[in-house]
Amino acid sequence: MTTRTIEIWVGVFIAAGLAALFMLAMKVSNLSTYQGETGYELVARFEDISGLKERSPVTVAGVRIGRVKQIVFDDQTLEAKVVMEIEPRHNKLPKDTSASIYTSGLLGEKYIGLDPGGDMESLKQGDEIQLTQDSLVLEKLVGQFVANFINNKSDKKVENK
Amino acid sequence: MLGALQLLGQKGLDFFQRLGRGNILLLHIVEGLPSLLPRLPLLIRQTYMVGVLSLLIIVVSGLFVGMVLGLQGYNTLVDFGAAESLGTMVALSLVRELGPVVTALLFAGRAGSALTAEIGLMKATEQLSAMEMMAVDPVRRVLAPRFLAGVISMPLLAAIFSAIGVLGGWFVGVGLLGVDDGAYWMQMQDHVDVYDDIMNGVIKSLVFGVVVTWIAVFEGYDAVPTSEGVSRATTRTVVHAALAVLGLDFILTALMFGD
Repeated sequence: MTTRTIEIWVGVFIAAGLAALFMLAMKVSNLSTYQGETGYELVARFEDISGLKERSPVTVAGVRIGRVKQIVFDDQTLEAKVVMEIEPRHNKLPKDTSASIYTSGLLGEKYIGLDPGGDMESLKQGDEIQLTQDSLVLEKLVGQFVANFINNKSDKKVENK
Repeated sequence: MLGALQLLGQKGLDFFQRLGRGNILLLHIVEGLPSLLPRLPLLIRQTYMVGVLSLLIIVVSGLFVGMVLGLQGYNTLVDFGAAESLGTMVALSLVRELGPVVTALLFAGRAGSALTAEIGLMKATEQLSAMEMMAVDPVRRVLAPRFLAGVISMPLLAAIFSAIGVLGGWFVGVGLLGVDDGAYWMQMQDHVDVYDDIMNGVIKSLVFGVVVTWIAVFEGYDAVPTSEGVSRATTRTVVHAALAVLGLDFILTALMFGD
């Protein structure tokens, strides 16, 4: 085999390898979704965010418009402070928008759902969302249910006497 | 009793001597790498022998491993109603583990054994000594280009393996079993991270490339220069390379994904 054919084949090999790496980066991983996400930041405080992670989606009406950028614990208010990064083209969210933490499906991941209000002014960089609803923790729900159940029973007993 | 101790000591000394010779050889090879720059055709020729000729087995096994992953993953996930996560499962298992490891094992069998046999036979037919007589350093002339070619080829082969495997999983999952096309890619993109997963996979395959080629080149260079010695060296290359890859894989995984 001549040197030329060998060189061509090596060229093909290296190009194929780099193309495979490129495909892995763009098509398989999240690199393509990283770009253009230098949006504006919104802040929300929750008493319980359990399950929410950095880079969890932020949605309005089920459409993803941003991601959670940072989650820190605020020592002063003893709450979780969530910084969200919203894509810059979605800049018409009303001031009285509320934020809730939902679960997608029964066992799915947590995400933040924003419910737009009716205010004329819109949220800007660094604004804080005042109305928030915490994530539902299954253990707490069960605990409440059991507590209610026991209370009801003891009430009935008192009535019976 | 003393005989057994002596045997143990002899084996131990043998082992450490080989380890030392291997490390010295690696140092020599790395020293010889800069002198490859003016002799690029040597490197290209070896990349052809090591990389291009391994393409077929890598592509075919990547395709089938991906297809099997798609099939097995679907059958398991569908019980939990999570068939949409198939893309994540296939991509993560390929990029993190199967891509680098299976490629390294195949590479050791396909290219490593050939390297050992070639170099060992060169030694047995005294071609290496002849080179030394002509004041040509065989480490620089013969071993360095082969080593570098292996180190370059291995990550590329692993990337091709993973990419083809993902396509194979897509073919079975989406094409045959009816997983939603959008969900397959979306879930994958949501859960596979460029740095945590893909870069770590590349690093893994690079480490495996160094280790497998190093073992192959050393076994050939260190072979007993007889036909039996060459055949034993070839066997040892495949066995040692496979063990080293699997052992290192655990350590690397623990370091990368252990927290």
